[in-house]
Amino acid sequence: MEQKILINCDHVSKTFDTPEGVCSVIEDLDIKVRENEFLVLFGPGQCGKSTILNTIAGFEPVTGGEITVNGDKVTKPGPERGMVFQTTALFPWLKVMGNVEYGPRMRGVPKKERRERAQRYIELVGLQGFENSYPIKLSGGMKQRVGIARAYCNEPLVMLMDEPFGHLDAQTRYLMQEELTRIWQQEKRTVIFVTNNIEEAVYLADRILVLRNCPTSVKAEYEINLPRPRSYTDPEFLRLRREINDVVDHTL
Amino acid sequence: MATFWNKNGRKFAYGACGLLLFGLIWFLATNGTELGKILPDPVTVLRKFFVSFAEPIGTKTMVFHILTSLRRMLLPYLVACAAGILLGVVMGWYKPLEAIVKPYIELIRPIPPIAWIPLSIAWFGFAEMSKYFLIFLACFPTITINTYSGVRSVDETIVRAAKMLGARDSQLFTTIVMPSTVPYIFAGLQVAIGSSWATIVAAEMIRSSEGVGWLIISGQETSNMPQVLVGIVAIALTGLVLVSFMRLLETKLCAWNERGQ
Repeated sequence: MEQKILINCDHVSKTFDTPEGVCSVIEDLDIKVRENEFLVLFGPGQCGKSTILNTIAGFEPVTGGEITVNGDKVTKPGPERGMVFQTTALFPWLKVMGNVEYGPRMRGVPKKERRERAQRYIELVGLQGFENSYPIKLSGGMKQRVGIARAYCNEPLVMLMDEPFGHLDAQTRYLMQEELTRIWQQEKRTVIFVTNNIEEAVYLADRILVLRNCPTSVKAEYEINLPRPRSYTDPEFLRLRREINDVVDHTL
Repeated sequence: MATFWNKNGRKFAYGACGLLLFGLIWFLATNGTELGKILPDPVTVLRKFFVSFAEPIGTKTMVFHILTSLRRMLLPYLVACAAGILLGVVMGWYKPLEAIVKPYIELIRPIPPIAWIPLSIAWFGFAEMSKYFLIFLACFPTITINTYSGVRSVDETIVRAAKMLGARDSQLFTTIVMPSTVPYIFAGLQVAIGSSWATIVAAEMIRSSEGVGWLIISGQETSNMPQVLVGIVAIALTGLVLVSFMRLLETKLCAWNERGQ
């Protein structure tokens, strides 16, 4: 069955004006994301991965081409797209509950209803008991769980994840990858996940797009058909990992 | 609770020891050396301080002096808070206004309030208004600049997160910009309450017949050194109470922040 295309980046390019002249970050990028697909954008550091997410999020306008989400052209940020940030970007003056229910609160969902919904997502990410904690009291992994719950609670069509585990230590990072897989299987969403970690990419993705170095565009594409939950030491996992690693532009 | 006492109890004990040691040195220096001729000893000062709560200095007792000075300070302080926060927020929000107003604030800020005394008397006479004016000048620029820099340093990623979650511009202002500015405002209010209280002496140099600043001025005029020191003690202790109160308020309001920890 042909699945619905939810995100369509059509010949997208993005340039920045800098004092040194015009800098091209994205060049003629085509991405189509199917509904409920977990797509990983994988590329070297500073290659322009985050800029792709920022244009889809509507934070930065494209300078060429067009992005549509669910058929609507992207011009500004909107609640049908949720984002999980590398720095978590939690609201430090709000407790966990306040952070998670922020989206529905802004959009006028009645208190009782949004509390129940927020509670459901807090439990989904495993933070029950921490509803009344301020973010400053939480560990890095827990903060990012709040970030995920906050994005989910707004019930977006699309989740944009910008290296969400980039600041975590290795052990926590593995744990969060497992958790994200569990959460995503429980609450299917269309996800674009950006990372520069090959293991993370193979562990999470339905499909991996390997990106060229700046100006970026798609260099290679891999469908990952391994059953979930995946094992980091599975022979097929390691083979894919090696294969993709050989394709990537290596930069200093 | 045990760790609380271990840490804070020890800190308090060290502080108390330091103060006692200082008092002891003061006592020995004024009683054993020539210094006693130009500086009253601490026992005399403290006795006079406590007695002044019952026996008036001038025509009034200590409580009245302190309350008079507090009233003189609080009224212009509160006006400066309201005006400074308002101006700071608007300056942070609208860049053109910032460009116009900021140079004035930066120019006024380094001028010590005492420099305004002659002008203040010329404009407002010897009545209370000239004192209010000085104290207002002592805190208004600090509060304005702190509020303004708070509004300007709102984390851009956090603003993005809020937009992503569907916040409109007016909601961004009330739910993101204002709360993230609160710690900055508080830092400003704290510095300002200190400097406006410190300005009370200068303000009461403009003809007055009561207040803690007046204690010092009239002590000087009558060569009553113990009274000068009693005035200093009163200012120091009241200032300590004011700052502690602000700190407590901050701990309550900024519990989410490093400053509130």
